[in-house]
Amino acid sequence: MAEVGIRGVRKTYAGGFEAIKGIDCAVGDGEFLVMLGPSGCGKSTLLRMVAGLETISAGEVSIGGRVVNDLEPKDRDIAMVFQNYALYPHMTVYDNMAYGLKIRGMSKADIESRVHKASDILELRPFLDRRPRQLSGGQRQRVAMGRAIVREPKVFLFDEPLSNLDAKLRTQMRVEINRLQDRLGITSLYVTHDQVEAMTLADRMMVMNGGVAEQIGTPMEVYHRPASTFVAGFIGSPAMNFLPARLTASGVELNGGHAVPLPAGSGGASAAREITLGIRPEHLTLESGQGIGDIAVKVELIEALGADTVVHARLTSSGDPLLARLPGSARVSNGDTLHFAITPGEVHLFDRQTGRRL
Amino acid sequence: MSRRVVFPNRVLPYLLLAPQVAITLVFFFWPAFQAVRQSLYRDDPFGFSSRFVGLANFELVLSDPNYINSLKVTVIFSLSVAVLALVAALLLAVMADRVVRGKRIYQTLLIWPYAVAPAIAGMLWLFLFSPAMGTLAVMLRDTGYDWNPLLNGDQAMAMVVGAAAWKQISYNFLFFLAGLQAIPKSLIEAAAIDGAGPAKRFWTIVFPLLSPTSFFLLVVNTVYAFFDTFGIIHAVTGGGPARATETLVYKVYNDGFVNLNLGASSAQSVILMAIVITLTVIQFKYVERRVHYA
Repeated sequence: MAEVGIRGVRKTYAGGFEAIKGIDCAVGDGEFLVMLGPSGCGKSTLLRMVAGLETISAGEVSIGGRVVNDLEPKDRDIAMVFQNYALYPHMTVYDNMAYGLKIRGMSKADIESRVHKASDILELRPFLDRRPRQLSGGQRQRVAMGRAIVREPKVFLFDEPLSNLDAKLRTQMRVEINRLQDRLGITSLYVTHDQVEAMTLADRMMVMNGGVAEQIGTPMEVYHRPASTFVAGFIGSPAMNFLPARLTASGVELNGGHAVPLPAGSGGASAAREITLGIRPEHLTLESGQGIGDIAVKVELIEALGADTVVHARLTSSGDPLLARLPGSARVSNGDTLHFAITPGEVHLFDRQTGRRL
Repeated sequence: MSRRVVFPNRVLPYLLLAPQVAITLVFFFWPAFQAVRQSLYRDDPFGFSSRFVGLANFELVLSDPNYINSLKVTVIFSLSVAVLALVAALLLAVMADRVVRGKRIYQTLLIWPYAVAPAIAGMLWLFLFSPAMGTLAVMLRDTGYDWNPLLNGDQAMAMVVGAAAWKQISYNFLFFLAGLQAIPKSLIEAAAIDGAGPAKRFWTIVFPLLSPTSFFLLVVNTVYAFFDTFGIIHAVTGGGPARATETLVYKVYNDGFVNLNLGASSAQSVILMAIVITLTVIQFKYVERRVHYA
């Protein structure tokens, strides 16, 4: 049980490339923090710095209140699950799990009871005598988890643990990881580029881009109040619509003169200002009574998914593209002219220059 | 997982195999057969006639104290060469694998000795350690050590072992380095997190995963030490002093081509062949069991 503190952490490589540009984050005891971002955003590097596999160029990492910057990985009391599982191919499943315990000089009986306990949780009992190559992807994944569990570490680190599995197994393992973490209550840091994993697993998530944390918050905070256009565009599928607009005293004016009145309290601007208006596809509705504004669009393409219908359209006034996710029951066809309203409270305004939320 | 290739043409597979089979027939089976045949005959001193003598050549060879001596020399020599070449190469490969800056340069330079012909390698060592003019021999003597491989058999043995192993280190190094680089970094990292220090990681993770490479090299090095070191021994010591470095292969050559005792020489080469075949079989049967193919 431990908190993880990340304070002003930076990573600069020998060539001068700055992979992490100063990140602060406090992970609470038992919390599940997911680090999410596109490839190259530095999320794995940050995780590896916590693990002790990368040196920390500046700043401080602490585990359980103890600064671990200069500690070897083995002295940090962590366990890590790797993307390729990193199972020892020449050892049986049992030995894979027991390896760390043996090295720490634990008695044979204790090792056995811990390995058996972990293998019961993960349903690995029948496979203890097998070698990793005789296991399926999902089973290997579970062995990797088992190896982490038996150590009973202060912190779990997961480096894209599900990305080598097929879609169905991934969903299944995601649920298992979720249950496991709930049950064990061990502080966990989890790296992924999959937003569904992030949304479903995280107590809080850190959305990273270009070596900085764009936003740290609960999945719902990140979804409903994205801190920047990057976060807004990264979370949600299909991605949020971004429309160039002007913020005026009366509300938001789209290109071509469409006006969207602002909800009360979100404060207009005294002077007109260039902004980006963000609307999620699922927050557009055809029922004018249930939303604000009136956006006229011409339908270009329809993707019927059964439960939902995704409508690709263009604003009649400016020709800007707009995506809407309507219930599967919506009757629309190509070439239709539709009038969308926006669900109240789901209007996102971003500064045009900086991309930050207003 | 191996997929069978099916050829539509019945003759084509045999045609594709033919060159390899032909080479093996001409350069191995035919000479081997000749050696076996020759070992059962004895030539008259002038080479006009030969007569069938059964196993008499083998009796003669096996009761010859010089042959027994040569057998001992070969065991010591081969074991020393294989062990020295493997250990040194593994050490170098582990070091070179850790180097970050100038990695390529180290690796390239370490491979170079393999390009040196055995006889040249022998000459190099002869020059370096020759009691009369060798640079390193002078240094050795300056330390007060009585270095004279021309008279001291153990020193001569050390010298040929050194030269033969030096030549083979590059080859082993190349394979060990490739083997090391094939081990996923995350395995080492996982072991580090599991609490294993560098030495523990090496012996429990790296070394077992290198075992297919090590096993292969063990076979190759044994065969090398038995057969391919003739050039080095010939150049450095000529089997001397007093037969101290006369290995089986060298004795085959000496008895057959210098002393022209073809029957005895053939008998020796048949025995040698049997020894190497047995060794290889033993290696595959017993050592390979401990090998983990990932």
